[in-house]
Amino acid sequence: MSEKMLGPLLDRDLIQETISTAMSKGGQWAEVFVEDRQSASAEFDEGRVESMVSSRDLGAGIRVTVGEATGFAHTADLSLEGLREAALAAAAAARGGNHIEPVALRGQGASLNRAEILPSTVSKARKIELTRQTDAAAREVDSAITQVSVRYSEGRRRILVANSDGVFNGDDQTRILLSVNCVASGDQGLQTGRETVGYTVGFELFDQYDVEAMARRAARRAITKLEARPAPSGQLPVVIQRGGGGVLFHEACGHGLEADLVDKGASVFRDRIGELVASPTVTLVDDGTMGSEWGTIAIDDEGCLSQRNVLIENGVLTDYMWDHSRSRSSGREPSGNGRRQSYQHIPMVRMTNTFVMNGEIEPEDIVSDTEKGVYVAQLGGGQVNTATGDFVFGMTEAYLIEDGRITAPLRESNLIGNGPDVLQNIELIGNDFAMGSPGTCGKDGQGVPVGDGQPTLRVASLTIGGTAS
Amino acid sequence: MKNTAELPDLAQGLLAGARENEQFEVCLSRGRSTTVKAYLGQIESVRSGASQAVGVRIVVDGRQGFATAGSLDPEVLKQVVKEARENLQFAESDPDQGIAIPDGVAPPGLDLTDPAVLQLTEEDRAAVAIELERRCLSSDSRITGVRSAAWSDGWGEFALASTSGIAVQSEGGSCSVGVQPLAMQGTETQIGYAGDAARRPDALDLDRVVSEAVEDATRMLGATKPSSEKVTVVLEPSVAAAFLGTVVGALTGERVIKGRSPFAERLGEQIAVAQLTLVDDPTNIESLGADNHDGEGLAARRNVIVDSGVLSQFLHNSYTGRRAGTSSTGSAVRGPRSTPSVGIHALSIAPGVNNRDELFAKIKKGVFIRGVNGLHSGVNPVSGDFSVGAYGQRIQNGALGEPFREATIASTLQRMLLDIVEIGGDFEFLPSGTGMTSIAIADVALSGI
Repeated sequence: MSEKMLGPLLDRDLIQETISTAMSKGGQWAEVFVEDRQSASAEFDEGRVESMVSSRDLGAGIRVTVGEATGFAHTADLSLEGLREAALAAAAAARGGNHIEPVALRGQGASLNRAEILPSTVSKARKIELTRQTDAAAREVDSAITQVSVRYSEGRRRILVANSDGVFNGDDQTRILLSVNCVASGDQGLQTGRETVGYTVGFELFDQYDVEAMARRAARRAITKLEARPAPSGQLPVVIQRGGGGVLFHEACGHGLEADLVDKGASVFRDRIGELVASPTVTLVDDGTMGSEWGTIAIDDEGCLSQRNVLIENGVLTDYMWDHSRSRSSGREPSGNGRRQSYQHIPMVRMTNTFVMNGEIEPEDIVSDTEKGVYVAQLGGGQVNTATGDFVFGMTEAYLIEDGRITAPLRESNLIGNGPDVLQNIELIGNDFAMGSPGTCGKDGQGVPVGDGQPTLRVASLTIGGTAS
Repeated sequence: MKNTAELPDLAQGLLAGARENEQFEVCLSRGRSTTVKAYLGQIESVRSGASQAVGVRIVVDGRQGFATAGSLDPEVLKQVVKEARENLQFAESDPDQGIAIPDGVAPPGLDLTDPAVLQLTEEDRAAVAIELERRCLSSDSRITGVRSAAWSDGWGEFALASTSGIAVQSEGGSCSVGVQPLAMQGTETQIGYAGDAARRPDALDLDRVVSEAVEDATRMLGATKPSSEKVTVVLEPSVAAAFLGTVVGALTGERVIKGRSPFAERLGEQIAVAQLTLVDDPTNIESLGADNHDGEGLAARRNVIVDSGVLSQFLHNSYTGRRAGTSSTGSAVRGPRSTPSVGIHALSIAPGVNNRDELFAKIKKGVFIRGVNGLHSGVNPVSGDFSVGAYGQRIQNGALGEPFREATIASTLQRMLLDIVEIGGDFEFLPSGTGMTSIAIADVALSGI
């Protein structure tokens, strides 16, 4: 068998027996999730290789449910005895139902790695050369660039999901990430610029991707901000550059459309299916099948095929995102959104690649139509309170718009808004869709890779958290 | 596959394989944890598990290699050593790189090994989680649900040994609770949160958790967007801890030696008002951050970072200390899964005298900040720019008033330290291990309408 198509991570009979053990105390449904994660990284800082790190994690998480109760136990011991111990621990917490015989495992449990060049087959020297090249390109931009750090990381995650419904599916996910951080030093102090590229892909990424251009963008971002003035304080129209602000939709409405939060009454979008929740120009999609994007998966961490889910169509709320337990209790199909950080975690509803579809307007017309406002070229991370819909996110590159033109750069600050309000207040949507930077979404202490994207668009009003009046 | 050997023995076994020219450090851990969540009066989930970890750091001629794995399986341990050796071939030499050398400082000798959490049963854990939910629901008619009511506890062992003669071990447990009630009024929903953590179950203050969580949710009902203006803000202790934690993050060796801190050149200078004194004190057993050793096995010690407003020292691990021409302050932070970085163990502020109401009484117009969000995106510890989402209550003529939300507060870390007008006397140790008070800061930009 080639290194790209591998059989199940663990023996079928061993898994079948573990599922039976897990249901031996009256559990109504059981699942075994096995994960083998290998990762490596290189840090290039202050003009030299600072460290190379490699890491390995292998283990299993066993879940048993009875009614609404879930028992879960994880172990790094994949022997028959180790799995049995974990299965019994999970079973002890979900016991007392009628005995149910698990369905025999179907499928092959095999997994295909879609990477053309597995990173583990590339020499460490080549990876270091890549970081060195990125560093040099950033430093060449301007002598004001005083610090550059570059981080390369690769991860291969093989998973196997089996459950008492007979599911026996595997996946083999390879991701590569390269990020560069620049510090520019000027009369007014220090400023930073950051760029990140990441895809669910092998080392062939660097056959096409221009890392030097990425390094120059990061360096220029830091340099530009040396001249930045304090951001305004108060409400203004905001134009967000394509690919620079998908995180807004991830935070502003994505989380509120996760069925677990909806079910517990912790979402402003509860009971609103079929209603007009956004401007009619907005169509919002979560799509885990999207090429080699950062949030792309072949199956989710509950063994369901990943799929494209339209959440808001022409402004109307069409569906939430679902995992196994929420879809089961609602009597519907899951949507491929059950994800977990690792074998040590219980999966929950998570996004994959979340984006707003194209509109029809030329992006330059959006800017020229804006008399006074803020142009955001890059947003940093964000956070949302799903109960109120209030969200914040940082502007890591932003400019003033004056008389329909992009003018002075602005210092970093947060934007704050309310998800449902923002969706109604999207006035103009461009025709220039682009995906944004790779992200890690945190929820209840678990981080998973997610992508986002959007065309250039304008929000009628957001609160800019600067210091200038 | 199961490895039941004592961690110090395992560590010494690995050290025995060190080659003559190698500085060799091994870090091992083993632990187990359980989390129980309740929902609608029943157990929603029980999650338990055992975990293990190894990290091996090898330095030869100033080149460092590191590898780690989530298993103590003998084959895995062998592989980790091999990987660490291979990785160092690719690092470039740095004369200051290396493992910690014993510095003769005696550890504080704290007894942190309280076996109380080992006695817990599943019933004990579930009972607390269910009780938390029930009490939130019954304490206020506006509480309509609880998004999450959770109990967690864990027990861990840790061992670190190196060829420089360091050999330390520790063992201990902790437990925590957290609850998120939902308050409803008309069509409006607000979510609250409160939690507590301790080394033993009977030290958790459930009454306080329930009342704080319920207040956190209900106080925000009817909140409106404030107008934009410069105001005096009072940060409640957890918010003050987040702000000062960011400041001290910029005072750690890595940031300083690499020129990534706005305070890098300011040692010995007045960076804050004279009322501000900050120490990192892991020798104080009152803090959950207390420890006998740092992440490189050196003795934990009390470090005065800001002394009456003067920047008195930076925090260092062995590497950053050597590079800065000084020595480690015992501030290495790490688990087996990473190389040592520099960080805070148990930050503590020197309290003022007045309680929170007395702080409010002096403010004609301002805001009380109950919570912030977007700290990871809105604070740049390199430039010092500070802008975060904030919610809380207005302060008018010396008293707390109506709630506000969907606002931001902004300034710079540098300015805020100099704009502190008063440090409260309401000192408490937070579940994070930080000892903090409320802090009043003038001239902060509040952005809303």
